[in-house]
Amino acid sequence: MPDSKSKIIVTIFGADKIGIVAAIAQIMEKYEVNIEDISQTTMQEYFVMFMMCDIAKANAGFSEIKNAILEKAQALKMEVWVQKKEIFDNMHSI
Amino acid sequence: MFNFKVDDILQTINMIKMHHLDIRTVTLSLSLRDCISTDVNETSQKIYEKITNYAKNLANYAQQVEEEYSIPIVNKRIAVTPISLIGESAKNPDYVLLAKTLDEAAKAVNVDFIGGFGALVEKGCTKGDDLLLQAIPEALAKTSRVCSSVNIASSKAGINMKAVLRMGQIVKKAAELTAEADGIGAAKLVVFCNVPSDNPFMAGAFHGYGEPECSLNIGVSGPGVVRAALCQLPKEADFGVVANKIKSIAYKITSTGELVGRDLAKRLQIPFGVIDLSLAPTPAQGDSVANILEAMGLERTGAHGTTAALALLNDAVKKGGTMATSYVGGLSGAFIPVSEDAGMIEAVEKGALHLDKLEAMTSVCSVGIDMVAIPGDTPAHTISGIIADEMAIGMINKKTTAVRVIPVPNKGVGDYAFYGGLLGEAPIMPVNKFDNSVFINRSGRIPAPIHSLNN
Repeated sequence: MPDSKSKIIVTIFGADKIGIVAAIAQIMEKYEVNIEDISQTTMQEYFVMFMMCDIAKANAGFSEIKNAILEKAQALKMEVWVQKKEIFDNMHSI
Repeated sequence: MFNFKVDDILQTINMIKMHHLDIRTVTLSLSLRDCISTDVNETSQKIYEKITNYAKNLANYAQQVEEEYSIPIVNKRIAVTPISLIGESAKNPDYVLLAKTLDEAAKAVNVDFIGGFGALVEKGCTKGDDLLLQAIPEALAKTSRVCSSVNIASSKAGINMKAVLRMGQIVKKAAELTAEADGIGAAKLVVFCNVPSDNPFMAGAFHGYGEPECSLNIGVSGPGVVRAALCQLPKEADFGVVANKIKSIAYKITSTGELVGRDLAKRLQIPFGVIDLSLAPTPAQGDSVANILEAMGLERTGAHGTTAALALLNDAVKKGGTMATSYVGGLSGAFIPVSEDAGMIEAVEKGALHLDKLEAMTSVCSVGIDMVAIPGDTPAHTISGIIADEMAIGMINKKTTAVRVIPVPNKGVGDYAFYGGLLGEAPIMPVNKFDNSVFINRSGRIPAPIHSLNN
């Protein structure tokens, strides 16, 4: 995967409510982050959303984008993890 | 087509969030051989400049990597060439000054610890080694981030019993000079047999003679992750299943360390060195090596069977970890410090674990008698005896062993020593009170063992 370094995974946990996907997608649009894939599931009573994005052509660095997402998640009372995809690729494949 | 597995993501996050998966340390290993001078003040200046230059970005870049992968990097550290060698050529030697220089440089670049204030004296001391050993207690009392290690035995050279005698006295003095902090000086001092030259863990990290100019060594962690995985196994799972489970978790832990190490080394523009595959506990609940042994089916660590459980764990960690990285080094195995492991502390409190059992356990895992608090009135020759026994285990079994005991001033069995942070707290353990002074005072060396007739 030659371009995997620019891929990030955003994982959001919390009580399900309207507008979560839209709120995060708005941030991605603002920073010109390409959303490549979305998946969601429920774990016990919690809503969990996974978003795979590419920040190669974004107009800001990883850190700025991550902070914006963290801030938004906090406002929505959701827990969010923003991580480079490489950590999952490394950990779960031989 | 969704090209990632959500279960993998959840597992990774769970390992970090619930089970304390972290990178214990990123350690910049740096040669100071070009800092040698005939004037100790010039040596000191060169050391300060070299360290602050090479490590100026270590803490910042480590923080960036931490943020990008959302994996905590607990400590940033530096390991340098044994200082005995660096200070030896000075006409006005002053090893305490060099320790202070290391401390100031460590503070300037915001690293947690700096190791290498030490010497390799398994066969004997040079003049510089002698002076450094003499300076250790004061150096550790007057600095906060400097760690000291002394190698006094090896499978090829035997045990330097004169150094064993001296180290008992030095450990005692290091504790006494830091009496107000429960003898923390001795918590920053470790005595080794067969010391590895690329270990990123403290107090034993230093930059060995065969190492390159500099490199980045990584110490991974994750006892909590292993424990959690074993807890999910049914009680009747056989040892093949247990070993395989540990191997697969060790692989995951190590591959994360490899990723972080390579990324950080690239940012620092220095070569990636090794991953140390150690399971290093922290005082946090559940992040305990003792709890792993208990998850295998022992009521408490220290019960008969503990050494066997630890042997399985230590070997499986190495087998799983080596698959995940190109270069393995350092201590690589399970650590069994007492003060840094809530499960070990509990085992001591319940009367399940004693010094003798700990000694037996060190014959099958990495390192040795580690972070054990003993009564402050323990005679120096008794400490030397503990050291001699540990050195013998390492020498005969061709493995690394070490001793880091703290004779806690003005405290006795039943009391606690408090250090805080990663060093934790320790119940003071009793030592054998019978006299060994004639044996310890004999001096000379215990000859290296014959390497055939292995019985």
